Amino acid sequence: MKYRQILDHVVLLFGVFLMMGPLVVAFLTSTYNHVTIHRQGMQFGWGGQFLDTYQTVLTQQGGFSGEITGLLMTQNSIILGIGFAVGKIVVSMTAAYAIVYFRFRAGTFFFWVIFLTLLLPLEVRILPSYEVAQQLGLLNSYTGLILPLIASATGTFFFRQFFKSVPEELLEASRIDGAGPIQFFWDILVPLSRTMMAAIFIIMFVVGWNQYLWPTIMTTEEQYFTLVRGIQSVMQQMIGADIPYYNEALAMAMLAMLPPALVILIFQRMFIKGLVEQEK
Amino acid sequence: MTTLRIKNAVKRYPNGALAVEGVSVDVEDGELCVFVGPSGCGKSTLLRMVAGLEDVTEGEVELAGRVVNDLEPADRNIAMVFQNYALYPHMSVRKNLAYGLKNRGTPKAEIEAKVQEAAELLQIADYLDRRPGQLSGGQRQRVAMGRAIVRDPAIFLFDEPLSNLDAKLRNQMRLEIKKLQRRLGVAAIYVTHDQVEAMTLADKIVVLNAGKIEQIGTPAEVYGNPATTFVASFIGAPPMNLIPAEAENGAIRLGDQTLNLGLDHRGPVTFGLRPERAHIGASGEGLRMETGVVEELGAIRLVHGRVGPHEITVTQNADQPIPGAEAVLRVEASDIHLFDAETGRRV
Repeated sequence: MKYRQILDHVVLLFGVFLMMGPLVVAFLTSTYNHVTIHRQGMQFGWGGQFLDTYQTVLTQQGGFSGEITGLLMTQNSIILGIGFAVGKIVVSMTAAYAIVYFRFRAGTFFFWVIFLTLLLPLEVRILPSYEVAQQLGLLNSYTGLILPLIASATGTFFFRQFFKSVPEELLEASRIDGAGPIQFFWDILVPLSRTMMAAIFIIMFVVGWNQYLWPTIMTTEEQYFTLVRGIQSVMQQMIGADIPYYNEALAMAMLAMLPPALVILIFQRMFIKGLVEQEK
Repeated sequence: MTTLRIKNAVKRYPNGALAVEGVSVDVEDGELCVFVGPSGCGKSTLLRMVAGLEDVTEGEVELAGRVVNDLEPADRNIAMVFQNYALYPHMSVRKNLAYGLKNRGTPKAEIEAKVQEAAELLQIADYLDRRPGQLSGGQRQRVAMGRAIVRDPAIFLFDEPLSNLDAKLRNQMRLEIKKLQRRLGVAAIYVTHDQVEAMTLADKIVVLNAGKIEQIGTPAEVYGNPATTFVASFIGAPPMNLIPAEAENGAIRLGDQTLNLGLDHRGPVTFGLRPERAHIGASGEGLRMETGVVEELGAIRLVHGRVGPHEITVTQNADQPIPGAEAVLRVEASDIHLFDAETGRRV
C-alpha cells in the first residue's frame, strides 16, 4: 500500500516537473536582461529585473504605429476569449435546444450535418470564411474576430447530450405549470445547465484566448492585436542589428498564460460546487 | 355531477401501435378513481391523455363540462403528481410551488398566501426555502403534492406517485393522500400497478389490460365479483387460484374429482377460488389436496400444494394445525367463481 503511494507520487511529481519546469525556467529567464539571455541562454536563477521588464511589457507602446501596449493586448485577448466562449455557449445551447426538444423531421439529419463540421476546422475553410467576413465588412473589428468562430459542433453535441439526460417529466411538469418553450428554456434548462456552461466556458475561453491564425488574418490594425500575436511581434520588431528582447517576449508569454489559468482555477471551483449540489 | 368524462378514448401512436382502445370512464365529483393494471396496459397513457401530455387520437375527454381534447395542459385546470416528483431541482420548495401560479399571472400576495396554506396543510412549511435535493423522498413527495394543490384544480392526476418510496413510507403516504383528497373534496385519478394501493385508495377501480377496460367497480365489487380471469388473478394477494375444469350436470369436474354445486352451466370452464376462502382440514368432504411447501407469514400461513395436476395455494390461520401430506379443502359454493374457459368472462 505504502509502496504504491510512493510510486503514485513519483509519477505525479514527474508529470508536474515536465509540465511546470519549462514555465518556471521561462519565468526566471524573463527577469534577466536581454543581453545576458542572448549570451548565456535560458536562466535558472532570479535576474532581478522583474518589475522593469513586466512594466515595460504592459505599458510600452509597440508596433509600427505605437498604438498598442501590453495592457491593450490583454484587453483584446479577454474580449476575444469571453466573446468566443459566450458566443459558443449561446449558439450551441439554442441549437441543441432546437434539436432535442423540437422534434422537427430533419432534426437528426441537421445534427449530424453540424457534427460533420468537426471535419472542417477553420484552417480548411479559412479562405471562404475570410471572403465572407470581408464582404460583410467585418475586417478589423471585434465582431469580425468573434462572430465567424462561434458556431460550435462540440458545444452543440455536449448540450444535446446534457439536454437528453434532463428528465422528460420536468418538461411535462413545466407544461402543466403553464411555461411556454422560451420560459422552459430560460427558467428550467438554463439554470440546470450552469455546470455544463461553466465547463464549456473554461474550454472555449482558453481556445478563444489562444486563437492565432484567425486574428492574424482578420485584423491588420495593431489596436486589435491580441497577446498571442504580441509575443510574436516583440520578437519580430527588433530583428536587424539589435538583439531581440527575449525577456519581454517571455514576460508576455507568461502574461498570456495567466488569464486562462485563472479562469480555470475560478470556474473549476464553481464546477465542482455545482456537481456536488446538484440532485442525483 | 361528473367531473371527468372519458368517451371512447383511443390512443394510436404514429407507428400504428394501439395503447388505449376505446375506453370510457366517468369520474364523479370528489371521487378517487384508480386505474390499475400491469405495466404496458395503457393506464399511464390514459392519464396523460387526460392531462394533455398525449394527444387523444379518437374520442373525447370532457372535464368539468367542456371538451378539453385540444387544450394545452396548462389550460385544462388539472394538476399532476409525477412518479419521480419532477420537482425543479434548482428552485427552492417555495418557488417550486409558486412557479405555476406565477406563470398564470397570479398576484404576488395571493401566491404567497396559497403557498403558505398548502405548505401548512402538508407540513412542509419549515422546508420552504430548501432545495428539493436537500429533502427526503417523503418530503419531496409532499412538495410535489403541494405543487398540485396550489393550483386549485378540477381534478388531481397521480401517476404512480409512491413507487419511489420504501415500503413503510409508502403505506404512510398512501393514507395521507387519501385523507388529503377527502379533505379537499377534489376528484382524483390515481394510476398504479400495485393492487394493494388500488384497493385501499379507490372509490372506484378501473382495471385495465392491453389498452382495454376489464372491469369498473368499487374495490369490494372488483374483489368479490371479478368480471374476468384477468381481474381475478390481478386483484387480491395471493392471487385467486384458477384451475381449468369441466362443468356438467350441475357439477364441476376437476381432474378426477367432482364438486356438486347445483349449476346449470355446461362446458369447459375456469374454476376460481380465493386462497383465503378455502378451509383446509385433515378429512371430510371437499377437494382432496396434496400439500407441499408451507410459508409462515405470522398471522397466517400459505399452504402450497396440488389438486390433481394443478397448483393451488390456500391460506390458513396460524393458530390452526399445519396440515399433513394429504388434506381436504372445504369450499362454499358461494365462494367459487366460474369463468368461460375461452373468453375468460365470468359465467
